[in-house]
Amino acid sequence: MASTNEVVKTTAVAPKAKTGKLQEFWHAVKKDWRLYSLLLLPLLHYIIFQYIPMYGVVIAFRRYQPGGPVYGSQWVGLRYFRMFLRDYGFWRAFRNNLIISIEYLVISFPFPIIFALLLNELKNLKCKRFVQTVSYLPHFISTVIVVGMLKEMLSPTIGIVNMALKALTGNTIDFLSEPKWFRTIYIVSGIWQQLGWNSIIYLAALTNINPELYDAAKVDGASRFQQIKYVTIPGILPTVMVILILNIGSLMSVGFEKILLLYNPLTYETADVISTFLYRMGLVNNNYSLGAAVGLCNSIIGVILLTSANFLSRKLTDSSLW
Amino acid sequence: MRISQRNKISVFDIINALIMIFVIVVTLYPFLYLTSISMSSEKFVYSGEITFYPKGFTLGTYKVLLKDTSFWISYRNTIIYTVLGTLISLALTILLAYPLSKKRLKGRSVFLGIILFTMFFSGGLIPTYLLVTRMLRMRNTIWAVVIPGAISTYNVLITRTFCEGLPEELEEAAAIDGMSTYGIFFKIVLPLSKPILATMGLFYAVGMWNNWFGPFIYLDTKSLFPVSLYLRNIIAGAQSTREVVGGDVEGIGDIEATIKSASMIVSALPIIMIYPFVQKYFVKGVMIGSLKG
Repeated sequence: MASTNEVVKTTAVAPKAKTGKLQEFWHAVKKDWRLYSLLLLPLLHYIIFQYIPMYGVVIAFRRYQPGGPVYGSQWVGLRYFRMFLRDYGFWRAFRNNLIISIEYLVISFPFPIIFALLLNELKNLKCKRFVQTVSYLPHFISTVIVVGMLKEMLSPTIGIVNMALKALTGNTIDFLSEPKWFRTIYIVSGIWQQLGWNSIIYLAALTNINPELYDAAKVDGASRFQQIKYVTIPGILPTVMVILILNIGSLMSVGFEKILLLYNPLTYETADVISTFLYRMGLVNNNYSLGAAVGLCNSIIGVILLTSANFLSRKLTDSSLW
Repeated sequence: MRISQRNKISVFDIINALIMIFVIVVTLYPFLYLTSISMSSEKFVYSGEITFYPKGFTLGTYKVLLKDTSFWISYRNTIIYTVLGTLISLALTILLAYPLSKKRLKGRSVFLGIILFTMFFSGGLIPTYLLVTRMLRMRNTIWAVVIPGAISTYNVLITRTFCEGLPEELEEAAAIDGMSTYGIFFKIVLPLSKPILATMGLFYAVGMWNNWFGPFIYLDTKSLFPVSLYLRNIIAGAQSTREVVGGDVEGIGDIEATIKSASMIVSALPIIMIYPFVQKYFVKGVMIGSLKG
């Protein structure tokens, strides 16, 4: 009802609008300034905290001097890009980033789906709700505490995991100091953190499946497994595809904070990723330009991945981010 | 046949129930483990004897923690940051989401474009750090904690979807009665938006409660640290436990584990306690978001 009103209004104004969109815009602002004024503070926030730093990326091409201009002064071109591209540490971080991201995606992705399917088969609604509530909890626990828990449980002297290992094999493993264990710890704890929370979206998709389909399947004599195979799984497949593509789009963004808390120089070999590498270059070594250059490179990789994932999503599933 | 199918408990149901029990145990066990360590006497903790329940039950660790003023100062800071940060975030979010939900807002797509663009490209850590510390001189102030990350674009989009569903007739009637846009916003839109504000408030509050990286790079003064940063420091070992417990304690290793566990439990407690009652709001938020996405 309201929208027809809008249409009438806009068409009435339309002939005037020939004078230019900008003029039309200022006219609207003048007439409806109260509505526009609401936008002022939030937009200012975006400009200051998002767009100024975007401009600040120029520091990657400039030399920074303490006390000088905030985003550097002397133009040095691609100097810092050449610097990190020649750095073994960057390529190690790049490789680790890729491996951790892909391993995490491949290994963790099926769990929330299986969990949602199993939850869906629980007949007792109270039980179902209880399991759900418990399973979401880790998502709300801070990374600091998750890492604190890991450190205590994996401690070689007092941790429960090593006590069990000692009883079984007689040996202990200093998990957090051994590069070969880092990814396993990162992935397993990630599954623990996100299993329940990530299943919400699949549960929502499951409740949207038409119950008549199940009835029809039952009439045809389908067993429970056949119902899952022929009704449930096809029903959530579109959602699964969308989530998968979104995940591919943000593939390179790893849990920066978790890695920063969990790694140490002993495990850099497998644990150091691009974001932690740039953090050390930029804020620990105070080489702002170098850090910004790595950051820019990382952002560009991210944009490329997201754009191509979105493109794929539109081609394959008809749903996309934009 | 149908009835028998409905009431029969199959092998599948038993296996499924076992899997669910396994998930619950695995999810809750780390919390149980931490609690047990924090309530056990050091002797048992140090010999690695704690598995499921406290051994040599004692609340001594909590008494030590209770006396540690730096812990409580940081706890108080966390509460201040969370309350203030959530209020700022909510205000900015609704102020942006409401106008963007209005079709009559000319230039809407441009504004939307401005905020959407930040979802896939950002200046990154270093330029933001320089902005906050050098341009705005916010280092070592509460503002560096609560302002830079105040708006989540994702939350703005969810709130905007909600605002689009508000009854237009009500606002139009009020406008005809001579109420200004401000009046409509404060007297009609805000009260009607309580559910979404509650949901977003919870998201922002949890985020702020758990936030440690911002404070970590922007704050140097210990008396400003939030509890998450305090925890980070004792977990990373940057702050010696000796300092925390006041010095002359023997066998620092075991005290360390009990103190760490107790601090973690105490700082996660508000979330663990409130969470079961409010989780439906979180889920609602995700649902609104997923409908859009």
